Amino acid sequence: MKQSRLIPWLGFIFGAIYFLVPLIATFEFSLRMQRGTYSFEAYRVVLGDPGFQASFGYSALIALLTIIVGVALVVPTAYLVQLKLPRLRPVVEFMTLLPLVVPAIVIVFGYLRMYNSSSFLPLTSTARGTDLLLIFAYVTLALPYMYRSVDTAMRSIDIRTLTEAAQSLGSSWLRIMLQVILPNVRVGVLSGAFLTFAIVIGEFTMASLLNRPAFGPYMQLIGANRAYEPAALAIIAFVVTWACMGLIQLVANLSPGSKR
Amino acid sequence: MTATLATATDAPRRRLSLSWLGVVPFVLFSLMFLLLPAANLVIGAFQDPTGAFTLANIANLFQPSIIRSYTISLQISAASAFGGMLFGFLLALAAILGHLPRWVRPTLMTFSGVASQFAGVPLAFAFLATLGRTGLVTALLMNIFGINIYRSGFNLLSFWGLTLVYLYFQIPLMVLVISPAVDGLKKEWREAASTLGATSAQYWRMVALPVLWPSMLGAFLLLFANAFGAIATAYALTGSSLNIVTILLYAQIRGDVLHDPNLGYALALGMILITGLSNGAYIWLTSRSARWTR
Repeated sequence: MKQSRLIPWLGFIFGAIYFLVPLIATFEFSLRMQRGTYSFEAYRVVLGDPGFQASFGYSALIALLTIIVGVALVVPTAYLVQLKLPRLRPVVEFMTLLPLVVPAIVIVFGYLRMYNSSSFLPLTSTARGTDLLLIFAYVTLALPYMYRSVDTAMRSIDIRTLTEAAQSLGSSWLRIMLQVILPNVRVGVLSGAFLTFAIVIGEFTMASLLNRPAFGPYMQLIGANRAYEPAALAIIAFVVTWACMGLIQLVANLSPGSKR
Repeated sequence: MTATLATATDAPRRRLSLSWLGVVPFVLFSLMFLLLPAANLVIGAFQDPTGAFTLANIANLFQPSIIRSYTISLQISAASAFGGMLFGFLLALAAILGHLPRWVRPTLMTFSGVASQFAGVPLAFAFLATLGRTGLVTALLMNIFGINIYRSGFNLLSFWGLTLVYLYFQIPLMVLVISPAVDGLKKEWREAASTLGATSAQYWRMVALPVLWPSMLGAFLLLFANAFGAIATAYALTGSSLNIVTILLYAQIRGDVLHDPNLGYALALGMILITGLSNGAYIWLTSRSARWTR
C-alpha cells in the first residue's frame, strides 16, 4: 500500500506552527519593552526584581524539599510492594493515581478545612507549618509521576537478588535502601525529581490558596499589573520546563546497565 | 510465586511485620493528605454550618449561576478534550506512521513532554502575547490581511479563546497518551488487510479504529478531566471574569463569594464526581485496551 507523505507533512507542519507561533510571539513581545527597538530590558527588570528572586528561590527550595520527601516516601514503598507485599500493588497504584482524579484545587480546599487554625492539627496557623503543608501538597501532586518512574526503574532491575546479596553481607535495611536500591533506581528517581521540579516551580493554585510567596502567585501578580514582564516570565518558565525535560532525557540515557 | 511463598513461610513473623511497617508512612501520608481531606469535603457537602446532616447544599447547587459555571466548564473541557484528541491523534499518526524523517518523532515526543507541562500562568501570558489585543498574530493579521479578529467577534477571554489556549496542553498530552496505542498497530495487520484486498479506508474502518477506539475514548476522558480541574491558565488569562467552576470554587475559598461555606463543599463534591467518573472510565478503558498494545 503506497502512502502519500504529503498529508503527514502537512499535519506535522500545521502542528509545528500551532506550537511554535505562541512561543515566538511571546519571545518577540518580551523584547518590545523599549519603544522602537528590541532589547532584553524586560528580562533585566524581571531578573533584577527582588520579588522574582525571592519567589523563585522559595519555589526552588520547596521543590527540592518536595523531591526529598517524595523520594523518601515512594522508594521504600515501591520496593516493599514489589518485593514483599505484591498484594498491596493495586491499592498503592490506586492511591498514586488519585491526585490525577481529584483536582488540585479540591485537595487544597480539603487541607484548608482539615488543617486550619481551629483543627486538631493547626498547620496553617504558622508560616512554617503552612510551608510544610505546601510541601505535602506538592508531594501529593507529584505522586503519580514520581511513583510511576520509580516503579518502572525498579521493575527493570532484579531487586530480589540485590537484596539477598546485601543481606547475606550483613547490610541493614537502611543501608540496603540507601546504598543498594537507591543507586540502582536513580534514573527513575532523577526523572521523577525533574518532573516534580517542573510541576512545582510554576504551580499556582495550591501556593496561592495557602498564601505562600511562591513563583506561581508571583507570576500571576505580575501578569495582572505589567505588560512586557509577563512575556519574559513566560519565556523563563518555558526554559525551566524545557531544561527539566532535557535533564530527564539525559538521565534516561544513563541506564543502570551503561554505567562503568 | 513459589519464591514468594517460600520467603513467606520461612521468614520469621518479625520480618513480615517489619515490611508492613515499611509501608505505614505511605499509607499514613495518603490518608492524611489525600483521602481524609477529600472525604472531609464530601461529608461537609452534606452538612449545614452547625454540623447537622442535610441535602440543602446539594439542592443549592441547582441555582442558575452555579449551573451556568458547571455548564461552561463542561463545555470547555469537552471541546478542548475533543479537539485535543483529534489533533493529537492526527499528529501522532503523522509522526509515527507517516514515513517522516527519523528526527520528527523524538522531537515531537520531547516537545510534547514540555508542552503538556507548560500549562498554568505562563501559558496564559504566551497566548496574550500571541492573540491578545496587542499580540503578535493579532497585529500581523491586521497589518498584512487587514483583518481585525477582535472586531470580527474573536475574544481570547471567551469560550473559544479558552478552548484554543487549553489545546496547547491538550494536544501534546494526547500525543503522549495515544502514541503507545498507535505503536501497537502491528504492521502485519495492515499487510494482512492489504493481502485480503482491503483498501486503506477499509483497513482503518475495520481494523485500526476498532482496535484504537478504547484508547481514544480513554484519552478523551483523561483530557476532559485534565481540562475540568485546570484553573491557573484561566485565572491568569481572565481574572475572575470567566465563570468556570474552578474559578468559582477558588473565589469561594478565598472570599466566601457564595455567602455559604457549605455550598463550597458541594461545589467540590460535584467536581470530584465529574473528574472521578471520567478518570475511572479512563482507567477501565486503558486496562481493556492493554491487550492490544502488549
